[in-house]
Amino acid sequence: MKDNKKMELAHWASKYAKENGANEVSVSVYDSKQSDVEIREQKIDKIQESIESGLSIKLYVNGRYSTHSTNRLNKPELERFIKEAILATNYLAEDKYRSLPDRDLCYNGEERDLKLSDSTYDAVDPREKIEAAMKVEAETIGMDDRIITVSGSYGDGSSRGYMVMSNGVEGFNESTSFYVSASASINGGDSRPSAGHYMATRFWDKLNPEGVGKYAVERALQKIGAKKIKSGKMDMLIENRSVGRVFSSLLQPLYGYNLQQKRSFMEGKIGQKVASDALTIIDNPFVESGRNSRLFDRDGLAAKEMTVIENGILKTYYIGNYYGKKLEMQPTSGSPSNLIFEKGSKDLNGLTREMKEGILVTGFNGGNSNPATGDFSVGVEGFYVKNGEVIHPIAGMNITGNHKEIWNQLAAVGNDPLTDRSWQTPSMLFEGIDFSGL
Amino acid sequence: MSANKIKENPNLKHICMNNEVSRREFIRTGSVSLAGMAILPSFLSFGCNRLTEQSGLNEYLEHFGVSKEMLQKVMAEALSRGGDYCDLYFEHTLSNNVGLMDNEVNRAGSNIAYGVGVRVLKGDQTGYAFSEEVSLEAMLKVAKTAASIANESKDFPSINLSEKVNPDYYKFKTAWEDVSIKQKIPYLQKLNDKIFALDEKVDKVQVYLNDESSYVLFANSEGIMSCDYRPMFSLYASVVMIDGDKKEDFGSSRSMRVGFEYLTENLLDEVAKEAVDGAKRQFLAGKPKAGEMPVVLAAGSSGILLHEAIGHAFEADFNRKETSIFSDKMGKKIGKDFVTIVDDGTNPNIRGSVNIDDEGIDTQKTNLVTDGVLTSYIHDRISAKHYGVDPTGNGRRESFRYAPLPRMRNTYMENGPHTQEEIIASVKEGVFVDSFTNGEVKIGAGDFTFYVKSGYLIENGKLTQPIKDINLIGNGPESLAEIEMVANDFKMDCSTWTCGKSGQGVPVSLGLPTIKVSKLTVGGVNA
Repeated sequence: MKDNKKMELAHWASKYAKENGANEVSVSVYDSKQSDVEIREQKIDKIQESIESGLSIKLYVNGRYSTHSTNRLNKPELERFIKEAILATNYLAEDKYRSLPDRDLCYNGEERDLKLSDSTYDAVDPREKIEAAMKVEAETIGMDDRIITVSGSYGDGSSRGYMVMSNGVEGFNESTSFYVSASASINGGDSRPSAGHYMATRFWDKLNPEGVGKYAVERALQKIGAKKIKSGKMDMLIENRSVGRVFSSLLQPLYGYNLQQKRSFMEGKIGQKVASDALTIIDNPFVESGRNSRLFDRDGLAAKEMTVIENGILKTYYIGNYYGKKLEMQPTSGSPSNLIFEKGSKDLNGLTREMKEGILVTGFNGGNSNPATGDFSVGVEGFYVKNGEVIHPIAGMNITGNHKEIWNQLAAVGNDPLTDRSWQTPSMLFEGIDFSGL
Repeated sequence: MSANKIKENPNLKHICMNNEVSRREFIRTGSVSLAGMAILPSFLSFGCNRLTEQSGLNEYLEHFGVSKEMLQKVMAEALSRGGDYCDLYFEHTLSNNVGLMDNEVNRAGSNIAYGVGVRVLKGDQTGYAFSEEVSLEAMLKVAKTAASIANESKDFPSINLSEKVNPDYYKFKTAWEDVSIKQKIPYLQKLNDKIFALDEKVDKVQVYLNDESSYVLFANSEGIMSCDYRPMFSLYASVVMIDGDKKEDFGSSRSMRVGFEYLTENLLDEVAKEAVDGAKRQFLAGKPKAGEMPVVLAAGSSGILLHEAIGHAFEADFNRKETSIFSDKMGKKIGKDFVTIVDDGTNPNIRGSVNIDDEGIDTQKTNLVTDGVLTSYIHDRISAKHYGVDPTGNGRRESFRYAPLPRMRNTYMENGPHTQEEIIASVKEGVFVDSFTNGEVKIGAGDFTFYVKSGYLIENGKLTQPIKDINLIGNGPESLAEIEMVANDFKMDCSTWTCGKSGQGVPVSLGLPTIKVSKLTVGGVNA
């Protein structure tokens, strides 16, 4: 529910800044609550609760720009804060690309229930929260002698945001989330492999701790005896929940910041093939209860559905207000909302059976990617697969290559998108990847 | 944390550990994101009594609007349910940033964070809550929440608070709060111009200067009250160079607990040269052959090896829970005689140094590995009590919004008996690495990685072809045992390293003399 006082504060700050020398202003006020509990050996290990609020302000002063934030919300302090911020902004160089977005590209205030917020958030009994975390661990007790420890956690959060821009745009959003998670540690002889799992929802009554702890333990057990194999070019199947780590490096060079700063290997690639036919991605901000659903973005731009990649052809960049002006491009949005991938026909097992020789990647370790050149190198763990059969776990290996090439080696995507994430990635099968091992 | 992704961040180098599902970060994905850390003129302070680095305890109490009696009342509430220990952590932090892009200093920002965290311990158990409002009523409320970790009714004797005076490991002349944005701007502009002047292939330059002044007031149920002023300065420059249809980038940074006097023409020259030389070398760089090979780590930022391979796995919260691969290795020989590794909070002005840790314990120089033998874990109060040892002053937190955890400070290796020349000459076929961006470790399996931005191949004892953008991977205990040579050229790194654990980032530093590890798996290509 909207707190009218917070909305009024945002309006006041915008008006005050304009009265004191700002030509344009964008104000965001937020408040949030969080609680977390972690259980070990059916005892509370840690419990934490918090309530926060704050204000952030973007100032456009005589063609100059700066951004400020504070969690001190009483008006006399805010007045001083805003005045000093405006004063400081005047020392900067002019930047002709700094102005609020065109009014007609902005959110028009139309309300639409994206089902992001649970109105019962404050009514949940704290004992039930502890109980949920207890359950996560409880189901793993006695599962296997090799368990060292399992921690079960519960967490929730509720947040509200109020945005007021001096061009008349006004927006409110609120969301809640609830999760349970497990982290399992296993005695595997020389090594103590661990694995985690979580389940997240936007509504309390949809939260189900069942199976979360067990699955974490099973995943950790599967890692026992992991070894490195010989280096070589092989197939790589990435499990749905890990795809995001590699996919983020394809997304980075699509951002306006990277394009404008010549830090993108995707410059000039709109309408061109950047991946194999198997890759089609829609950005849909309106997914009900979606992890990243929204009616407007940070710049106040109205959210819209758009195709990012269609059958491997790049359709759009992520261009926010400022870099749009610098690049002379129509803004889309500065960041992705929910990414929906076109599904393939097989699940993870089906894709595994298609592999002649390769590695099923179930986790990453470190690594990085250079958005300017596409070069990447990342640590992997998972399973060695031969003739469609999982042979043994692997760890301590790297994959290395270039994003300009590997997405063209994408042979198939799975039918198993992760529907509770903002990037709803399916599993992905790549051919001819360079693995480093022994 | 499996969801604790290492992010490309122009200002910070991220190093983290990975062992659990992210919690706070996860919750945040649903929330409205604030504009990033911002920056301001400086003279931004509040209340009429501005705190300075010279302020004493009474001024801190006044600044936060609290008295000894109030602190005693809040602690009595915190321990009212039978907790063994409690602490109060008041923080007021001002951060400023100013940035240059496309040849002009055209962006700036600031952030104010203010609040108090209340922690209650009962054995190994922690209750934590914080308030952004510092009034008796608000503090009693959060104290009550934190108190609920214990569940018996108990009268705690009144706590007699007295001041503990800290040493000063970050001496400086001019506090950043006394420096206006007008004074900072010319330095950014000069750095930009120096970079452009160094090479005609320079196409894009960005420069950022961040400074932070943090005031911390601490009190605990052992009767300690203390205050600490923590300055932090960071300068970062990145360059993109274009040569025909080839494009390369590189960055250089400095971050220390210093004042304005540290920002000199010399510093700008050093940073400019590092960035341009680095980018130039990338044009010549290729990828090594994939597989295991000897790796020579250059003195300085290669200390990331220690942070990832050993540091995190030595953090005693993991060992107390027996989830670390080093859990059963205390007192055991884990490296050669010339391997001595320390975690130190006392290095003057270094980014990871602290006058006192965030749970009221003196910082120190802690020998983790002495002459090849594991001699200490990295402790906070909880783990020190668990192991029956003295705490090591490693209890740190990102801010008042978090409970402290065992965290590293400045982690480095002492000098050894060899020379860099000897070490390089001893390698027939391998790689030499000297610049890094990030790393990660799985503390249970012991597998760690670090990402090499640049280096060279070593062929027949000589540095040859430059290499770039490769991940190195090894196993903590194995790699520690495989440190075969250690040179006498120790160097502390002064870049913007930020260590992430359980959703909390803390500033750290690292260092190393040149060393040789007999084998690591090097990311590369297959013939």
